Amino acid sequence: MNPWRDERLRPVLAACVTLGFAVGVFAVSFGVTSVSAGASVGQTCAMSLLVFTGASQFAAVSVFGAGGSAASAFGGAALLAARNFVYGLAMAPHLRGSLGRRLVAAQLTIDESTAMAAAQDDESHRVAAFWITGLSVYLFWNVGTLIGALLGSAIDPKVLGLDAAFPAAFLAILWPLLRERRSAMAALIGASVCLVLIPFVPVGVPILCSAVGILVGVPAPPVAAPVAVEVSP
Amino acid sequence: MTWTFVVALAATAYAFKVLGLVLVGERQLPPVLDRCLALIPAALIAAIVVKDTFSVGQHLQLDARAAGVAAAAVAAWRKAPLITIIVIGAAFTAALRAMT
Repeated sequence: MNPWRDERLRPVLAACVTLGFAVGVFAVSFGVTSVSAGASVGQTCAMSLLVFTGASQFAAVSVFGAGGSAASAFGGAALLAARNFVYGLAMAPHLRGSLGRRLVAAQLTIDESTAMAAAQDDESHRVAAFWITGLSVYLFWNVGTLIGALLGSAIDPKVLGLDAAFPAAFLAILWPLLRERRSAMAALIGASVCLVLIPFVPVGVPILCSAVGILVGVPAPPVAAPVAVEVSP
Repeated sequence: MTWTFVVALAATAYAFKVLGLVLVGERQLPPVLDRCLALIPAALIAAIVVKDTFSVGQHLQLDARAAGVAAAAVAAWRKAPLITIIVIGAAFTAALRAMT
C-alpha cells in the first residue's frame, strides 16, 4: 500500500510538521544570535543550510559571540554534531535505497527526524516520519534563520519559554516508546548517565555517553510467550 | 567567523551524519546489534530531555523549565497532540518566569 494514502499517517504527518514549525521559531533566534556574534547574513544562512545541526550552530556562534577562538568554537560544535553519527547507525536499517537517496537522508539525520521515526510502530510510517520531519525541519530552520539574520533582533526565546518547548516535544515523542520495557530501561540509563556526567565533561559528551543505555538490548529477548505472563501469587 | 570555519564545520557535521548511515549501509546486521541499535533513539532522546530541562552548559540547574516539562509530561500522558504539549511546556515555563 502507498504509505502516503494511509489515513493513519495523517496525525503523524501533522506532528512532524508541527515539530518543524517549532524548530523554525527557534531558528529565528539562531539567526539573530549568529549575526550579533559577528557572522554575516550569508555565513549565518550557509551554516543553517550546510551544517544543519542546531545545537552545534548555537554552540559555535556563542563561542564567537563571547570572543572565543575558532578552534574552541569548532571543537565544541563538532562534539555536539557527533551524536548524529549514532543516529545514522540507528536509522541505517530503515533508510535503504540508492546511494544518492542515502546521501540526502544523511543531511536530514538529526534529533528530530530520528526521534519522530523511532516513535512509529509501522515500518512505512517510520520512513515517512523520518523524511517529513527532516524536510520540514530543514525548511523551517532555514527560513527562520534567514528571518532572524535579517531582523537582527527578536524576542528572547526564554521569555516565551521556548527553551522548554524542545525537551517538552522530545518527551512527548519519546512517550509511546517507554511502554516497551527495554526502551524504557535504555531511556532511564541514558538519562541518568547524561545527568551524572553533565558537570564533569564538555558539552555534547554526556549525550554520546548516554548511548551505553542501548546495552540493555544485548541479552536475547525471551521467546514470545503465547499467553501474557501473569505471575501473581 | 570566517568562511573557512563555516565550510569546515559543515564538512565535519556531514561526515558524522553520513558515516553512521554508510557504516551500516545495506549490511544485514547480527540480531544482537539490531536490537541495540533500535534502542539508540530511546537512550539519546531521553538524555536530551534531561539535559535541556536540567542544565545550562556544564551546570545542573533547576528552574522554570522543569515545571514546564512536568506539565508537558502530564499532557503527554493524557495523549494530547504534539502541538498542545509544546505549547503547554513553553507557556508554563514562560508564565513561571514572568511571575518570579
